Amino acid sequence: MSARPLRVVGQPVPRVDALEKVTGRARYVTDLTVPGMAHAKVLRSPYAHARVKRVDATRARALSGVFAVLAGADLTWCDPYYGPAYRDRPVLAIDVARYEGEPVAAVAAVDEATAERALELVDVDYEPLTAVMTLEEALAPGAPLVHAGQPPAGHFADLSTLRPQPGTNICHQFHFARGAAAAALTGADVVVEDAYRFPSVQHVALEPHAVLAAWDETGALTLWASTQNPYSVRVELAKMFDVPLARIRVVVPHLGGGFGSKTYAKLEPLAATLARVAGRPVRLAASIPEAFQTVRRCASRVMLRVGFRRDGILVAVECDADYDVGAYADIGPRVVQKGTYTATGPYRVPHVRLEARAVYTNTTPGGAFRGFGVPQLAWALESLFDVAADRLNRDPVDLRRQNFLAHGEEFAPGDTPIDGKLEESLSRAAEAIGWTRASAADRGRGVAAMLKASVAPSVSEAIVRLHADGSVTVLASAVEMGQGARTVLAQIAAEVLSVPLDRVTVVQPDTAVTPYDQTTSSSRSTAMTGRAVQVAAEDVREQLLAIAAPSLGLAARDLALADGAVVAASRRLTYAEALALRFGMSGGELIGRGVIAPGRTAAPLGGSTPFWEMAVGAAEVSVDEETGAVRVERYVSVADVGRAINPLTLEGQDEGGVVQGLGHTLLEEMLYADGHLLNGTLLVYRVPRADDAPPELECRFVENADGSGPFGAKGAGEGSLIPVSPAVANALARLTGVRLRELPLTPERVWRALRARSSRT
Amino acid sequence: MSGGVTIHVIVNGRARDLEVDVHALLLDVLRDGLDLKGAKRSCDTQVCGACTVLVDGLAVSACTYLAVEADARSVLTVEGLAEGESLHPLQRAFVEAGAVQCGFCTSGMLLTARAMLAENASPTRDDVLHYLRGSLCRCTGYRKIVDAVLAAAETVR
Repeated sequence: MSARPLRVVGQPVPRVDALEKVTGRARYVTDLTVPGMAHAKVLRSPYAHARVKRVDATRARALSGVFAVLAGADLTWCDPYYGPAYRDRPVLAIDVARYEGEPVAAVAAVDEATAERALELVDVDYEPLTAVMTLEEALAPGAPLVHAGQPPAGHFADLSTLRPQPGTNICHQFHFARGAAAAALTGADVVVEDAYRFPSVQHVALEPHAVLAAWDETGALTLWASTQNPYSVRVELAKMFDVPLARIRVVVPHLGGGFGSKTYAKLEPLAATLARVAGRPVRLAASIPEAFQTVRRCASRVMLRVGFRRDGILVAVECDADYDVGAYADIGPRVVQKGTYTATGPYRVPHVRLEARAVYTNTTPGGAFRGFGVPQLAWALESLFDVAADRLNRDPVDLRRQNFLAHGEEFAPGDTPIDGKLEESLSRAAEAIGWTRASAADRGRGVAAMLKASVAPSVSEAIVRLHADGSVTVLASAVEMGQGARTVLAQIAAEVLSVPLDRVTVVQPDTAVTPYDQTTSSSRSTAMTGRAVQVAAEDVREQLLAIAAPSLGLAARDLALADGAVVAASRRLTYAEALALRFGMSGGELIGRGVIAPGRTAAPLGGSTPFWEMAVGAAEVSVDEETGAVRVERYVSVADVGRAINPLTLEGQDEGGVVQGLGHTLLEEMLYADGHLLNGTLLVYRVPRADDAPPELECRFVENADGSGPFGAKGAGEGSLIPVSPAVANALARLTGVRLRELPLTPERVWRALRARSSRT
Repeated sequence: MSGGVTIHVIVNGRARDLEVDVHALLLDVLRDGLDLKGAKRSCDTQVCGACTVLVDGLAVSACTYLAVEADARSVLTVEGLAEGESLHPLQRAFVEAGAVQCGFCTSGMLLTARAMLAENASPTRDDVLHYLRGSLCRCTGYRKIVDAVLAAAETVR
């Protein structure tokens, strides 16, 4: 069978769920109701660190319309701890509250107003304790400990080597080295070094976390949850309640944005616990301020030393990175080690020493957020690249090009060879921004590059069903959270089986129905889940060919699929006819199965990334010298995606990544003072608005079909965000001569830096 | 203080007498009372625009608008935007331009844009940017939303 031109894959078709979304018919968790449903509210700690001496719920329980009131001490009938790295997080604070906003008690009542009134009747005696709010405070000798003991490990193979430092707030240390970095830096002609800080920021998915939990009469649990990984939620709940996996069903309706905030169990354990005690279904819908008290990006302080030879060759990188993972580890340890592992970016570096620490503080738990630890490091490395270019008197674009890893070159022994062409992305970005042309006097340009690994090992499974009328059902558990997974999976199945897109239905994730998928994150859904769907569809294709071959009097290898039929030179057998042949009646279906499970490898993190995500960003900025306000006038992102399965949705995803990146670059930072979060509402926490986006924004793609995913695709969606901060800061430095090392680049910080520069000259 | 009052309101073209608490928010009455789930609850503070509906043609944040204020007025939600099976030009433009991602902001964006087009049939790009300052989107980066609004404006004209 010869390769035929692609029909649906590669087309910018509108998303398959667009119609239900523009008509208001798309259902999200909080749009669902079930009979007898109760409403939950959560009482949260007003202290960053406090002993919970007593919770008295007597008055709350007596209130009419209250079905259940729970505190940590009540959770004796289940294992109340959960967490993917360490099982360090109680459903409700037990003895100690470790951050402001930690759930201390919860109520299920007939309606939200009654639940809120009941919360006011819960009496809690707190004894405030000294809190550690920053990396410096948490790492100081003799600092109060956020966790006194050693919590048990969670459930991931790549985290089986968690290395806490007992007696400190360090919950994980990562170390990676090759060559002799210290000696190489001593011998380097130019060494640039500095500490770069990245703020705590919140995802601000417009839909806050929400769960509807219901136990049935047989003791089985169903949750409708706003989660990016129903299977991780399932395993957490199975452990907590000692229930077989098969008896926990996690259904994921439409998600109102995720960006990492809805990975791993968040409010699901609390909703399930309340529902069990209340004896009825419980809906727990968080507010935006509660989302700020649920998860955030890990703030960081990255000290980087980078050594070059006089001719521009990069010889060594030393990195000491500290990440603030907040009060509970969540997936922070993996953020830290995966991010730091690629601290050398997309460059060839013979001598490397990388150290990172995940540090507990008394703040909102830090976890996954688009970029997963890499934005923090790229901020440092890509800024220092420009500093080095100045010192070496080199063009920043040329210096990067000189040091890029080549296609096919090993990133680290045992890991996946580089599967893209960085120089192509860089050249296209530089050309699009007009790098070699003089910019206007009041404009500056900057570039930055990135490389990121996807999670490994990881597993995706899919089932494709071909029905008697030739229509297709795809069962897969990639969560549609806005990124377009459902559309891309439909396109892949439609392509392999040669049916129109509207003949394919992708079922929403439901652990009772759709097969295992590890997580919708790490830019993996197109490459991994999509590949599983492709394999499952090919399984169906092989079955069709085997059925049709005897009927058409040809060998299966001489047949192909086209327009809903098995075809040979002049003959065709429709899918309906093929199924009728197979089953002897007009029923039955063909079921194809796809399993992508690369397993563990000798790579440093225990698995080889299925693809490298690589992208380049180029910014053109202006600055108001009176106010320090930076404006990104133009931005170009070029991502090496292998193949754009859907250029329209991919472009949308990357444009959104750039603007989200502008958030932490120019606007966003969770600010704490005296143990309190100052800006945990959208009134005061400013995310980019329409008029904050660059007036000119272009997202382009390098497509060489060199990825391991379906049709040569790689993962995408995080790459556009990561270069934004250094590209903008590099542009600002080239325009003004000031170099900032702390994000966001607020008007005040920029203004002060400009003023300091003026006073020097 | 609570207590029921009856309001007379036209919702998506249909006259209704609704019994509502005096402190009930329009958003809750629409979502829970009338099962119109298109308007979304998000920031609760009139910042994000996800709950935007039109009251007598003006965009309001239903999360901070008392239902009783809608008495004797006409309310349009996203469910009333299409005419039968025929999508409003804004809805079509959003689909075609890729202006929809997670969809949580979409109904508010559509209604805000509709209010703008009623006021200004020939908006410039800057007009649209200004009008959408009260509508947050965390997925798209806004460019495709602005493109869609401008494309719809041409169709409507």
